[in-house]
Amino acid sequence: MKNKYSIFSLIKNAFSHHENWQKAWKDPQPKKEYDVVIVGGGGHGLATAYYLAKKHNLKNIAVVEKGWIGGGNTGRNTTIIRSNYLWDASAGLYDHALKIWEGLSQELNYNVMFSQRGVMNLAHNLQDVRDLKRRTHANRLNGIDAVYLNTEEVKKFCPIINTSQDIRYPVLGGTLQRRAGTARHDAVAWGYARGADEMGVDIIQNCEVQGIKRNGDAVEGLETTKGFIKTKKVGVVAAGHSSVIANMAGLRLPLESKPLQALVSEPVKPIIDTVVMSNAVHAYVSQSDKGELVIGAGTDDYVSYSQKGSHQIVEGTLNAILELYPIFSRMRMLRQWGGIVDICPDASPILSKTTVQGLYFNCGWGTGGFKATPGSGDLFAHTIANDEPHKLNAAFNLNRFVSGDLVDEHGAAAVAH
Amino acid sequence: MFLINCPYCGERDQHEFKAGGEAHIERPKQPTELSDDEWAEYLFMRKNIKGVQFERWNHAHGCRKWFNMVRDTSNDEIKLIYKMGEKPPSE
Repeated sequence: MKNKYSIFSLIKNAFSHHENWQKAWKDPQPKKEYDVVIVGGGGHGLATAYYLAKKHNLKNIAVVEKGWIGGGNTGRNTTIIRSNYLWDASAGLYDHALKIWEGLSQELNYNVMFSQRGVMNLAHNLQDVRDLKRRTHANRLNGIDAVYLNTEEVKKFCPIINTSQDIRYPVLGGTLQRRAGTARHDAVAWGYARGADEMGVDIIQNCEVQGIKRNGDAVEGLETTKGFIKTKKVGVVAAGHSSVIANMAGLRLPLESKPLQALVSEPVKPIIDTVVMSNAVHAYVSQSDKGELVIGAGTDDYVSYSQKGSHQIVEGTLNAILELYPIFSRMRMLRQWGGIVDICPDASPILSKTTVQGLYFNCGWGTGGFKATPGSGDLFAHTIANDEPHKLNAAFNLNRFVSGDLVDEHGAAAVAH
Repeated sequence: MFLINCPYCGERDQHEFKAGGEAHIERPKQPTELSDDEWAEYLFMRKNIKGVQFERWNHAHGCRKWFNMVRDTSNDEIKLIYKMGEKPPSE
């Protein structure tokens, strides 16, 4: 049983110089056999294990992670959470996640620092204006809070934006989702890990999957760097490396893995209290609780697993940031990094069964998976436990690339690719 | 990967080039005969290899010609560049 985190536990542990906190999760060696093995210990994978144990009463679950938990894209993203997607299927999926976010800290007894500071998407040309208005209407029909703002309202909501109509890409308006915001990415992974561990999930770090053993059309187990693990159900949540795992099982996925870059500035006093995204000029910015500006850039157009991106991508993003926010012209950047994102042709994810029995994939989140972490885990757990998708993720099956029933969300994906 | 050796123009900055995805995906000879599965395979399914991969690139801000590239996607090292229509190397 985990001790409850509270103001009292904080005070109590202060007396022992914070040296006697209970371990948040164990460091077990793999057992010979599990009912379900989740491949990938990021937010989505840990959430999947958590909901499998919590809602589907499975007890014998493992998460295998080749590095350390939360060390992949969970620790590399820009932590933006929103649900203002165009199509009904996406609205259902992302708003399901947003609703879980709203109570997540309480549910996990772990402060994920969810902050509903609002997300604003800017329009820079007439087509943007039309698209964003259409998306606002679609959102409202789906019960998602969204409003359209004109240029003056944009300026009022975020005064540091340059709304001069003489710049190269002037601000013509924007949308605002007030329930949207940010959360602390590490805390999400750690909170789910702690919750899953408490329910008996084995979180096995430094354990890389090297092969998937099949018996005809069914999964038999995983070859890993810590030996063979027998299991009849494998849920792969490997983000940029999904295709690599799929190849081990002889499957092909409609994914391309590309570098996506982000950067943070030196910390400064509070200057921007919301998240502003701009699809057309390709820059988005928010401010972390430490005071750093968190800036997201775009993807490179080539496949790469190198976790590096091109210089011109960062240069283009910073050009756009400086034009929109002249006040940042003398800010210095502290760090820059790249993560590998798995992009689907329709910019929507895959949460699906496969042609191999007992093999499930949760991938294709591309440039915006963090926001969906709780919903993705919940729905993927449902899919694995019942061997059938939940109605909210039924549209996100692999077969849509055969049937042609795509969920085209390039417009709402915010990072053009 | 900062310099790319265009087979027509020589070494140029990567900035001038556009990646065109996996190479040697042949357009179906009899599109009307294709099943939905075969269409999906042709249109959407990709190898997305971590390691040595064959790709098409375009010198978009240069001669605008297409060519093929063999590249290691795990470290972005360019192994070989050859022209369109040439057979891919076996190794």
